[in-house]
Amino acid sequence: MLMSLVLLIMSSLPTLAQSSNEIAMADAFRAEGKIYIVVAVILLIFAGLVVYMVRIDRKVKRLEKELDVED
Amino acid sequence: MNSLLKKSWWKILAVALMVYTITAGLLFEVPRLAILNETIRVLYFHVPMWFGMIILLTVSVVYSIKYLGKPSQKFDSYALEFANAGVVFGVLGLLSGALWANYTWGSPWSSDPKQNAAAIAMLIYFAYLILRNSLEDEQQRAKISAIYNIFAYATLIPLLFILPRMTDSLHPGNGGNPGFNAYDLDSKLRLVFYPAVIGWTLMGVWLTSQRIRLRAINQKLDERSEEQYVPTGQHADEPRPANNEQSAYSRSVK
Repeated sequence: MLMSLVLLIMSSLPTLAQSSNEIAMADAFRAEGKIYIVVAVILLIFAGLVVYMVRIDRKVKRLEKELDVED
Repeated sequence: MNSLLKKSWWKILAVALMVYTITAGLLFEVPRLAILNETIRVLYFHVPMWFGMIILLTVSVVYSIKYLGKPSQKFDSYALEFANAGVVFGVLGLLSGALWANYTWGSPWSSDPKQNAAAIAMLIYFAYLILRNSLEDEQQRAKISAIYNIFAYATLIPLLFILPRMTDSLHPGNGGNPGFNAYDLDSKLRLVFYPAVIGWTLMGVWLTSQRIRLRAINQKLDERSEEQYVPTGQHADEPRPANNEQSAYSRSVK
């Protein structure tokens, strides 16, 4: 009984999706000449540089503590 | 100010503004203008180099003036490192400008008044850095370079703000060229441009803060090694904390 209900819902899902084409989805992510991928790549590289800078900050802080560098 | 350099809120702000600049800068709608086309987006990356450079060099000259009022190693190192970051921004501004000009003006260097003035300004600041390296005595170096920095800044302002305006420039918005003058730097561009300026400038301040802190560590190490080179016997009955500190340092290096 339960299984057949689940099957019924699942089989009706694709038709539901087709009938509601006007609902906004993230389709544009793959369209428009893939500019979003370029943004993602730049953001990834920028994130890597930021992580590196944060790690340098930590290293500097540790040295300051060990050497008693005052403000 | 000093402890402000170690705070993290403005670094988080810098990263947030940069993420916004990269995303909105590449995706938001921009005015459609002849010649410029999509390169109008360079406004968010090339122009903030110059705004950032001016802000960083202004902070540098403020610390040079402070140094002359009250000489301290701290003010000298602030003046130097803010100038260093300003020069990095300026060089990146020149290079990115030349790359862009190659595709819009047809050649990387057109001896445009703004190009020439910016190049001269860079040479003046290179001279500041070379002057520093040529002076052995620390106090003499700090004092002379502080005075030079004030003169360099006094030359920078007319070079960037007055001379290019006395003649036509190829730059967008100047002399009837398409671009972003009062009429068409529309709100869409401003919406990304101003955050971009703040974001890039704060990134420059972040790098500056790291170099300032490293300089302070270096100076501390220099002081310690001077203490250590006192001939043995002179301070024979004094405890030698320097040895313990040295081992603490060598541990941290590992």
